[in-house]
Amino acid sequence: MAVLVIEPRTGYVQVGWRELWAARELLYFLAWRDLKTRYAQTAIGAGWALMQPLLSTLIFTLVFGYLAKVPSDGLPYPIFAFAAILPWSLFARSLERSTLSVVTEGGLIKKVYFPRLIIPIAATFINLVDFAVGLLILIGMMAWYQQVPQWTVLLLPLFMSVALLTALSVSLWLSALNVKYRDVASVVPLMTQLWMFASPVLYPASLVPESLRWYYGLNPMAGVIEGFRWALLGKTAPDWAMVAVSLAVVALLLIGGVMFFRRVERTFADLI
Amino acid sequence: MSNTAVSVTGLSKCYRLGTTQAQDGSLAGALTRGLRRLIGGQPASSQPPDTLWALRDVSFEIKKGEVFGVIGTNGSGKSTLLKILSRVTEPTKGRALIHGRFCGLLEVGTGFHPELTGRDNVFMSGAILGMKRQEIARKFDEIVAFAEVEQFIDTPVKHYSSGMYVRLGFSVLAHMDPDILIVDEVLAVGDVRFQKKCMGKMEDVGQHGRTVILVSHDMSAITRMCSRAILLNKGEILQAGPAHEVVNHYLHAGHIQPVVEWPDPIQAPGNDVARLRAVRVKSEAGQVSDVIDIRKPMRVEIEYDILKPGQMVVAQFGFNTEEDVIAFIVNDRDPVWYRRPRPVGRYVSTAWIPGNFLSEGTMVVGGGIFSEDPWHEHCDVPRAVGFRVVDPGTGDTARGDVTGRWEGVVRPLLRWTTEHRSLEQGTTSQYGYDCSSLG
Repeated sequence: MAVLVIEPRTGYVQVGWRELWAARELLYFLAWRDLKTRYAQTAIGAGWALMQPLLSTLIFTLVFGYLAKVPSDGLPYPIFAFAAILPWSLFARSLERSTLSVVTEGGLIKKVYFPRLIIPIAATFINLVDFAVGLLILIGMMAWYQQVPQWTVLLLPLFMSVALLTALSVSLWLSALNVKYRDVASVVPLMTQLWMFASPVLYPASLVPESLRWYYGLNPMAGVIEGFRWALLGKTAPDWAMVAVSLAVVALLLIGGVMFFRRVERTFADLI
Repeated sequence: MSNTAVSVTGLSKCYRLGTTQAQDGSLAGALTRGLRRLIGGQPASSQPPDTLWALRDVSFEIKKGEVFGVIGTNGSGKSTLLKILSRVTEPTKGRALIHGRFCGLLEVGTGFHPELTGRDNVFMSGAILGMKRQEIARKFDEIVAFAEVEQFIDTPVKHYSSGMYVRLGFSVLAHMDPDILIVDEVLAVGDVRFQKKCMGKMEDVGQHGRTVILVSHDMSAITRMCSRAILLNKGEILQAGPAHEVVNHYLHAGHIQPVVEWPDPIQAPGNDVARLRAVRVKSEAGQVSDVIDIRKPMRVEIEYDILKPGQMVVAQFGFNTEEDVIAFIVNDRDPVWYRRPRPVGRYVSTAWIPGNFLSEGTMVVGGGIFSEDPWHEHCDVPRAVGFRVVDPGTGDTARGDVTGRWEGVVRPLLRWTTEHRSLEQGTTSQYGYDCSSLG
């Protein structure tokens, strides 16, 4: 019979892959619960998931495409913008939701044990549903603008995954910090807003001077957005050096985030 | 393989008070403290943080299949112990070894979401408690039937009555088949009939060689169900041992014993007529005992010296509950000595109390010697002795099969009779029922 040892953890804490894997059904159930309850007692239900990216696209097209005449790599501005807003929303919603997730699930954390990592992971992955709905709209828009996808579309899941992992890697830090410092919850919306302007959502990365491109890549979302747009619309290939820097940053943030989260999670129940 | 289910050694938990307070817990506070440290000024906070040891050096062992009680006042560390054992929080020191599948229930309905239906919540809650989806699906019907919410299983639980909510929550837990089950005051909820069902389920669990840790304020539940118990006080184990002894200790806090004696006649309470020498609680067979089976007759005796001849005296006992409610007062009516002047000497008067009469719980007895006509008190010692009445839970008491709290200072097992005849034709319609639906 298995023997469970309960004692204070010190120093390096194992990730606990096996435990995490064993709890994969819980991941599914948490996501499923959020989906089922999110639009309970709303009139248009999942329609709200579309409202935000669609309205943003409309406004950005008017302001940046029509008035400011921001270049769009030779693409119609609405589709140029939407193809970036989609992965950006996936990232931003995941980041916001996941950052708050640990405190939101405080009731559970204080009552029952399960691998805590499940919480931010579930809060990140659930946004794939909204993303999928948005993707359908994007496909409609592509048909409307007669954009035929190239082979590069096969790389879409890769960039999508990087967007999710970026959100997760940052929110692992923030969600854990938010337990002790609730200031984090207020900082995140501000942060995502600024972050968006630091990413090529409204403008092409080609606007950024060549000499600064490397630093630009330190923002993982720069590579993701450029890559996503390229994979779908196949106009300008991203700067691969920039994408490599982005990936390296995500990997570092993620490993550090998991370790940090595991280290402080033992205090969650006492602090929430 | 050892036959230990849970083994706890030196378990301690220290809480730092005030860490969630604004000054310490805010980001700004942490940043300024960090900055000051960097700049090399004096440490930001010179006073040590307030700490509270919610649990201090607690060690015990629970055997497989044992029902183990944990008692103590609020803030004694019970919840902290539970939280550590169910891995919600981590100990500061010490360790606990848990052999087997473990399930802690700190609250019924953990993981329930009000907007979800009963069905969804069963799966949700089951998943959080660590059950596999297939396992939940397999036991689903059983869970719902046990909770008696079949009709409402597809209704969001926010529309449930609190009773239904609790029943469904407990039912999920009860069907987890853990090797070790922790229950914290859960049985204090739901109606009496459902409590009994829960008890039955837990006994089932016990009979399958499973271990139950019961945390409760209900002392009679602890004595009835647990074989052993620990008493926590301010985070430390005050006493460990057989459940009824520990409960006794808890209730008496060491002040009340089944015997009080005054060996020195000068010190003995009384006057120049009578002096009290001893009061004793005894079982039917005459053994001094502080635990009395509710079904068995018992006796309380008072030993006294009469120093002046020719006095007509009576002994008196006053029985009070733990809360100091007077249950009854009895005066000595032994026909041999009633209204008869007593010669000088040593007397032992015994009051016989029938079985199935007192209520469960602690009884505190005061003893005294009086003259009735005219009324005169020679001596009176309130709260002289005490004892505890326990119901063995065998079902042949006034409690029957009921398991919950039972009020009242006495609990007689009365003779009941029943008359029965069928209802006349048409009577039922007056109640607005169809006769056939009455069954």
